[in-house]
Amino acid sequence: MIYFDNSATTKPDSGALDTYRTVAEQFFGNPSSLHKLGDKAKAVVEQSREQIAELIHAKPNEIYFTSGGTEGDNWIIKGTAMAKRMFGKHIITTTIEHPAVRNTMAQLEDLGFDVTYLPVDSRGFINPDDLKAAMRDDTILVSIMAVNNEVGSIQPLDKVADILQDYPTVHFHVDAVQSVGKGVMDLIRNPRIDFLTFSGHKFHALRGTGFIYAKQGRRIEPLMAGGGQEKDWRSGTENTAGIAAMAKALRLALTDEDKKVAREQAIRKEITEYVESFDHTVIFSKLTPDFAPHILTMAITGVRGETIVHAFENEGVYMSTTSACSSRSGQESSTLAAMNVDGSIAESAFRVSLDEDNTMAEAEQFKQAFKNVYAGFMRMRA
Amino acid sequence: MKYSEIMVRYGELSTKGRNRKAFIGRLNGNVAKTLHDFPELTIRPKRDRLHIELNDLPYEPIMDRLSHVFGIQSFSPSIKVEKDMDKVREAALELMDRTAPKGVTFKVQTKRSDKTFELDTNGMNLALGDYMFDKRPDLTAQMKHPDVTLRVEIRREAIFLSTETVKGAGGLPVGTAGKAAMMLSGGIDSPVAAYLALKRGVDIEMVHFFSPPYTSDNALNKAKELTAKLTPYGGRIDFIAVPFAHIQEEIKAKVPEGYLMTVQRRLMLRLTEAIAHQRGDLAIFNGESVGQVASQTLQSMAAINDVTVMPIVRPVATMDKTEIIEQARKIDTYDLSIMPFEDCCTIFAPPSPKTQPRTDRARHYEQRIDVEGLMAEAMAGLQINSIRPGQEFLNQDQDIIAELL
Repeated sequence: MIYFDNSATTKPDSGALDTYRTVAEQFFGNPSSLHKLGDKAKAVVEQSREQIAELIHAKPNEIYFTSGGTEGDNWIIKGTAMAKRMFGKHIITTTIEHPAVRNTMAQLEDLGFDVTYLPVDSRGFINPDDLKAAMRDDTILVSIMAVNNEVGSIQPLDKVADILQDYPTVHFHVDAVQSVGKGVMDLIRNPRIDFLTFSGHKFHALRGTGFIYAKQGRRIEPLMAGGGQEKDWRSGTENTAGIAAMAKALRLALTDEDKKVAREQAIRKEITEYVESFDHTVIFSKLTPDFAPHILTMAITGVRGETIVHAFENEGVYMSTTSACSSRSGQESSTLAAMNVDGSIAESAFRVSLDEDNTMAEAEQFKQAFKNVYAGFMRMRA
Repeated sequence: MKYSEIMVRYGELSTKGRNRKAFIGRLNGNVAKTLHDFPELTIRPKRDRLHIELNDLPYEPIMDRLSHVFGIQSFSPSIKVEKDMDKVREAALELMDRTAPKGVTFKVQTKRSDKTFELDTNGMNLALGDYMFDKRPDLTAQMKHPDVTLRVEIRREAIFLSTETVKGAGGLPVGTAGKAAMMLSGGIDSPVAAYLALKRGVDIEMVHFFSPPYTSDNALNKAKELTAKLTPYGGRIDFIAVPFAHIQEEIKAKVPEGYLMTVQRRLMLRLTEAIAHQRGDLAIFNGESVGQVASQTLQSMAAINDVTVMPIVRPVATMDKTEIIEQARKIDTYDLSIMPFEDCCTIFAPPSPKTQPRTDRARHYEQRIDVEGLMAEAMAGLQINSIRPGQEFLNQDQDIIAELL
């Protein structure tokens, strides 16, 4: 079995699972309780927070725990909308955001907010000049993903940050869910960025865990009101074990990051060059440095992406159409549509997404599988 | 290139005359205590300087510890070179290459205690200055306020080179002003008062009142952790925990509410005095600040102070709360102090204590309780620990948790 669907979710790390189990058994107290068990659980949460902050070069008081990427995106966007609505109702985002951002924006539009969607070029990149043109006096938030989940384009956040230097009061949010361990830490830790969203299960932690970075001094309204956990910003009893496992998984993910990135790049290159040598193929994710090392989206023209995914499954290779979240609903890829990819080609798209555990041997097996699948489709065509 | 020693310059000693030796001896002892967990070091006190030979240890953590020790004016990491001019030149260049960035101004400053060395002060300055110009044409000489000073000390055993001088904590070596009992609560003020006492050379031991089961281990551990925060300034500090719950219960039962606080404080002071006598302490220090709370009005202080003739020193008496907080932040005790654990002063605090208690009343109400008996009981239950730099009390699970993360 070859698992090439890591952008959908990663396999939990066994060390992180051990941590989960140990913490759940030995530090099970409620971190808000006054007694010793509560203190111990609280210490786990706070030490995890410190570790995570250190790993992403932030301060502990800038890290807030969430249930994952979707909550983080919803919270930062809606939290900004609520906190800053008296200053304006204009928000800027892109046409290629994850549904967690896109659908949140749609909800805000229903509530009377005005959202500008920046277009992307044929390679999947926004143009910073479009942002400059879209900025208004009543703009309160700019939300742009770091790494696109469907094609892997790394957005020019540094240029966006430069533009936003002139708008110091506008919140700048970056969805960094696909960014951990992919060699883009410098980009997402640009000092102008106010908020970052992270999701645990994208870096071998467990589902239902995540965190946001919120720059000291920036305020958002809480979505979760209740017992006042997380300094009143995010109520709800802390997921102590999940948080600890996430801190560990993050540490492991960022250890030897350069080596892992290089390995993923090599595998991606191997597969790309192989697939390119076939006639009826299209590669959307380029081998240039402005694409993430782990995402490779391509198409075999004339065959539906879903069919391709199943054909590969028969060969023991697991992957997705362009985004796992939308693949069951049968929608075509929103990123490819935004890139002006012809609908008939977009519906043939499929995505290989790697992580550090994938090997060159798997790339070779994939090539063999690809050859078989491709030949099969060509026979049907003939 | 490796630093071979850290050279420590004494502070405020020139005025001490015949007591100088005692001061140096004490400072030497304090430095040794502060660096207790680096047994590889050799510490050699001399008349003008203290030399800490690194013996291959990294110098940064040692420098960090030294920066807190009172009685040190400044210190420099130095390289020891044998008395061979070729070697001196080579080492000086290496040191400058590492510590003097391109294009800065510099001068050479030589001190020669070994008068038999071939070059005199000027000779050495010129020799090294010339050499530096040959090898580092980017540097400019400047005698007044240069960016970098290459210090050269010609001593009997070797020549020492340094370019960096770090300001020390100043003050007097802890212990040179005698020993006192410090009343340490868990609040913001008393750690600052303790710091100021240490700064003037007072060797303090902490007296902390605790009231289990009304107060938690956390409250006690917080006070110990605060103490640990203060140990880098002078070394080990003894921590004396005084059980106070029974006394508080008795007072609560027998003394009118308005005088609860006054009588409690009188008992605390009596106990501290008894401890001071027992342990040879010459004075009592506390964190009282005039007018801050009910127990700190001048009337209150008078009514409380009535039980002793021992000198009571209040280092923060006239500081504003904001000034005290600022100082607490500087010595890194603030975040600990504001941790919300109930302490013995808060659990039986009456809603409206008298701000102008009368001494005669306080005496009168105190007679209702068995002062002698209660004190004897508390004195029998003293818990004494010695607290050293780097010890932790609050996050004892830290290592276990770190393993998991």
